[in-house]
Amino acid sequence: MAGSPQTMAGKVLARTSGRDDLSPGDFITARIDVAMLHEAFAICAIQMKAAGIEKVWDPDKVIVILDHFFPAPSERHAQGHQAVRSLVEQLGITHFLGHEGICHQVLTERGLVRPGELVVGTDSHSTTYGALGAAGAGIGTTDMTYVLATGELWMQVPATIRFELIGEPGPGVTAKDIVLHIAGTYGVDVGQYRAIEFGGPVAARLGQSSRLTMANMGTELGAKFAMFEADAVTSAYLAERGVTAGGFGPDPGCEYEAVYEVDVSPLTPQIALPHSPGNVRSVAELEGTKVDQAFLGSCTNARADDLAIAAEVLRGRRVSPDTRLIVTPASRQVALDAARSGAIETLLEAGASITAPGCGACPGGHNGVLAGGEVCISSTNRNFRGRMGSPDAEVYLASPASVAAAAIEGRITDPRKYWKGRIQ
Amino acid sequence: MTSRERRLVFEGRVWVLGDDVNTDELAPFQTIGKSWEDARVTLLPSRPELPGLVEAGDLLVAGKNFGCGSSREMAVTNLQKLGFAGVVAESFARIFFRNCVANAFPALACPGVRGSVEEGSRLTMDLGAGSLSNAQGRLPLEPAPYSEHLLEILRAGGLMALLKEPGNGPVGGPT
Repeated sequence: MAGSPQTMAGKVLARTSGRDDLSPGDFITARIDVAMLHEAFAICAIQMKAAGIEKVWDPDKVIVILDHFFPAPSERHAQGHQAVRSLVEQLGITHFLGHEGICHQVLTERGLVRPGELVVGTDSHSTTYGALGAAGAGIGTTDMTYVLATGELWMQVPATIRFELIGEPGPGVTAKDIVLHIAGTYGVDVGQYRAIEFGGPVAARLGQSSRLTMANMGTELGAKFAMFEADAVTSAYLAERGVTAGGFGPDPGCEYEAVYEVDVSPLTPQIALPHSPGNVRSVAELEGTKVDQAFLGSCTNARADDLAIAAEVLRGRRVSPDTRLIVTPASRQVALDAARSGAIETLLEAGASITAPGCGACPGGHNGVLAGGEVCISSTNRNFRGRMGSPDAEVYLASPASVAAAAIEGRITDPRKYWKGRIQ
Repeated sequence: MTSRERRLVFEGRVWVLGDDVNTDELAPFQTIGKSWEDARVTLLPSRPELPGLVEAGDLLVAGKNFGCGSSREMAVTNLQKLGFAGVVAESFARIFFRNCVANAFPALACPGVRGSVEEGSRLTMDLGAGSLSNAQGRLPLEPAPYSEHLLEILRAGGLMALLKEPGNGPVGGPT
């Protein structure tokens, strides 16, 4: 007997639990399609071996990558990487992606995640895979060890809320501004214990990179999954990566706990003030706030198109001597694309520091950690106290255009002075 | 006492925190991998005196969205190391809650708790009964029920213990 119409999350969990009668609140055991681990692999592998388990449940479904601390900033981190490489060998992990960039970026740009799949990662921003119509969720290391051993994980079926994005975004307004607006309006726990679907005409016309930005920030809305329908945009993106995939969306007539209509037409560039991604205002309200550092990086906003926007803003201009611009491409592929397009050259000419791809300064690891009293405008996802270094530093979250504009003036400023591009 | 009889009732002195306490406060990234003594003093920068005052068996009461942020499990294990026996919050961030279950750290979501409990008072949390009480009796609050599914993991002493116990299949099935 077929069950009732399901949301995207419901469909994924019905398939992976083998049950077609799911309702929000049900506890299930789900079979995992893809398990992604970054440096935390060392913890999981050691925990697994300590439990007497010598191999993962399915080496073909496990992906390991080094991203948080590459290149190693200290001997201790180098030892951590050494341990990962050795355990990868011992446990027969075939999909070790080395240090190609930030996990979420590399998995998506290589077509390793497909619509409708259930993906878990040892990283909270695993909601990013929702940009491809997959159900991606972050989990801790003990949960992941359990997955590596059994291929299964307990889950509670979430209710789904839907954001219907309507209207016409104005010039200089990006996906980051839309999702910051949602965090500011509906709160950083609007998606708590829930799955989010982003839909409506604006979602349908967004390119893959913009969808990745918004699904990534689903974590900052508290969501378990943050999903876009897999459509022709998704199929084309995957086809370029040699993957054939059809569409994936909610069943007609499925039930949502709430549907929020978000009109993006009146939106201006948005910015989240310290120390919460939900503490959101219009960039114009912060005009003139001095910044010590501008950071363009992270799985949220450091793709080739983000670097291209920053380059457009900075072409023929200079980074203010009062600040510094640090650019950390999301992956080696992004860095290569940006080098070929000339964006890297433009950014270097303007005075930016370009670092190796990876997570870099976003979680306060290396390559741009903040001192007490410093202020940073950042294209990243999270501005908690202490996130990028000292607990006495302040982080403002904004779009790549706003970050680049602030780098020119050494102060927060409306990016539309320099860039009037349209959302892609 | 076998692991299956592990108790699910916890009584202790209460410390109270606010809303949106995040994983950068519970486990600052830069202290990961450092010694416990180095890490300890950096925890909870909004209440820097607290790590030095907590005694084994104390309970934590917090506002909404407790544990938001990263998937790092040290956010839970650091609270265990400080001596906390459990945490009651208006609501939890989902990964943090999962990590509590995985590590058999009692975590109860209970709307209204923050306004009902004073710092320094004593509180009893009963996960099995799904109740909170103080010296005067049961508090008129409704904690989110714990499914038998999750209680099984807690009784076993966490997910790893369950994985190691002979005869235990993967946790699963409807409750």
